[in-house]
Amino acid sequence: MKRRTILAGAVAALALTTTAFAEDKTKVGFVYVGPVGDGGWTTEHNNGRLAVEEHFGDKVETIFQEKVPEGADAERVLTQMALSGADLIFTTSFGYMDPTLNVAKKFPDVKFAHATGFKRSDNVATYSARFYEGRAVIGHIAGNMTKTNKVGYIASFPIPEVIRGINSAYIHAKKVNPDVEFNVVWIFTWEDAAKEADAAQALIDQGVDVLMQHTDTTAPMLRAEASGVHAFGQASDMKVAGPTAQLTSIIDDWAPYYIAQTQAVMDGTWQSTDTWDGIKEGMVDFAEFSDAIPQDVRDEANKMIEDIKSGAYKPFTGPLKKQDGSDWLAEGETADDGTLAGMNFYVEGLTGDIPN
Amino acid sequence: MITLEKRPEPSKLWTAITPILAVVATMIAGGIMFAVLGKDPLVAIRTIFWDPLFNEQFAGFSRPQLLVKAAPLILIATGLAMGFRAGVWNIGAEGQYIMGAICGAAVGLAFYPTESFLIFPLMIAAGALGGFLWAMIPGVLKVKFHTNEILVSLLLVYVAEFILASMALGALRNPEGNGFPGSRNLKEYPSAFNAELLPNTGLHWGVVAAIIAVIFAYVLFSKHMMGFHIRLAGQAPKAARFGGVEPARLILFCLGTSGALAGLAGLFEVSGPAGQISIDFNVGYGFTAIIVAFLGRLNPFGILLAGLLMALTYIGGELASFMLGVPTAAIQAFQGMLLFFLLAVDVLTNYRIKFGTKGGGSI
Repeated sequence: MKRRTILAGAVAALALTTTAFAEDKTKVGFVYVGPVGDGGWTTEHNNGRLAVEEHFGDKVETIFQEKVPEGADAERVLTQMALSGADLIFTTSFGYMDPTLNVAKKFPDVKFAHATGFKRSDNVATYSARFYEGRAVIGHIAGNMTKTNKVGYIASFPIPEVIRGINSAYIHAKKVNPDVEFNVVWIFTWEDAAKEADAAQALIDQGVDVLMQHTDTTAPMLRAEASGVHAFGQASDMKVAGPTAQLTSIIDDWAPYYIAQTQAVMDGTWQSTDTWDGIKEGMVDFAEFSDAIPQDVRDEANKMIEDIKSGAYKPFTGPLKKQDGSDWLAEGETADDGTLAGMNFYVEGLTGDIPN
Repeated sequence: MITLEKRPEPSKLWTAITPILAVVATMIAGGIMFAVLGKDPLVAIRTIFWDPLFNEQFAGFSRPQLLVKAAPLILIATGLAMGFRAGVWNIGAEGQYIMGAICGAAVGLAFYPTESFLIFPLMIAAGALGGFLWAMIPGVLKVKFHTNEILVSLLLVYVAEFILASMALGALRNPEGNGFPGSRNLKEYPSAFNAELLPNTGLHWGVVAAIIAVIFAYVLFSKHMMGFHIRLAGQAPKAARFGGVEPARLILFCLGTSGALAGLAGLFEVSGPAGQISIDFNVGYGFTAIIVAFLGRLNPFGILLAGLLMALTYIGGELASFMLGVPTAAIQAFQGMLLFFLLAVDVLTNYRIKFGTKGGGSI
């Protein structure tokens, strides 16, 4: 009898130490839509993961899964991650929205954060960056830099986030160059180097001399470099792919957010929040401006960055009309976040239709 | 000097042994690859083949998932095997899978939010019909104009992908989805939801359909005249013609059946595990099924096992990927090795290796 109690006590103590040990390390999972080496979107999320590891050292363990298709497979990967003991899971692509919510329902103790989505629950937060602020700045540069007055835009899916980027870039290019035209190609994927390269080449063949992309890989930058045209990097500094082609890159810096969320889980203060940070908070940043950009354009771009940072300037400020000529924003009026989040129309001057 | 000599008959012994041999060879070569990547090869292989089935932490979830992942592969591969045996090459099952999903989901969504037990059977019929009709395009073109069904069916995959994107963005888009692409989630529409028949078993109607298809195909091949015609047409086309086999009918039968089965797979996937029509709905089941069909040696029960094995490498591969940090590309290479070794050792089924020029020993 007595021996049994001791044994039971030892087992209990052992169980206690193992759980204590398990709780010591916060396990943070990341699900990526592309490979960690895409040089763009996923690379930057993975840099955020590495920053979490560096910041917390032994106190965290991170796991990740790359190239997870958006759909039924995502749900399985998320479930397996939750089963493996993850405390916090970041799902880093729009298409993981429903899978994230479904799995979160089954694991109420695990916290989830879904990038670029709009559905939240008690244990699902959302986060995104105000990429359109960055687009305003590169639109300004593009309008100044194009000689053929044709800017190429490789777009992924016609969702508000992408449409917002096209509008923001176009408005600011048009401001400095009334003759500018945008050629938009929709390729219906976030990450497909072959399709991205084909789209880039098609645009270059149409006489485009400045390229923008809203897709994940460096393929368009490589095409731009090979064809001797300029391009803007996306999500990450793509200078390696286009040492002379790249004018600058919009860089997504997720590290501060990932560190803050992990800290909140450690402290037990985590709450489901909706984060939409921009240049001011440092979530949107830029790669070094290329020497090819004239000094005055650089100064103007830097001024715009400062004004957006201070709140003195908002990229969507009236007067602005929609593509069909109807009024959108009156003189001096700025768009509210709700309108921006659901944007499904082009602004006046853009040609072509949003596919639907 | 090593020479290959054709066996008069494919060796029964080697037919049985080669799949096992291929799996073992894959484990060895894959183990070397994992070791080069700095991972413990034994742990990696255990994670891929053992943990999804027997690890306490995961097996409860991943065992049922095996059925979920294998069902569409088996369903499509069974249909493809019929054509492949007859020398009718339907490479576009992915497109038929997409069209089945679109047609089936469209029928379900058309009734939203009416609840009725008739809706799901109607969706099944629409799914099969969608895949059937999409496969009839290469079928009719081949019969009427002698076009190449490999090219036509393959290119129609890309057409189907564009239709899928257009549906997700237009006609089938969720009106309450804030303008984002994707249909309503069928999981939230009970009459159209392909739910698990028994909780936590992974057993949904698609799994049942896959098993029925396997049995049906087995009976067809071994007992039915059509199965005999299929084999005859594949092995001896001229003899088949003398034997009264109508090539046009055979081609349409093979393409139609495989299309309908692929369409069914799409319907069961969209109404169950996937839940909605989205731009990225298809993940390559139609192409992977070609591998499964050959891995299963075009035999229905072989396909059943091959589908489960393939599903195991997917699910175990995912585990290995995030538990051990093995790159996804290495997992894909590992799956590729499996097919490669299977085809390589297949030589032993049809050929014997002879050592020396004359009268040497042979195996």
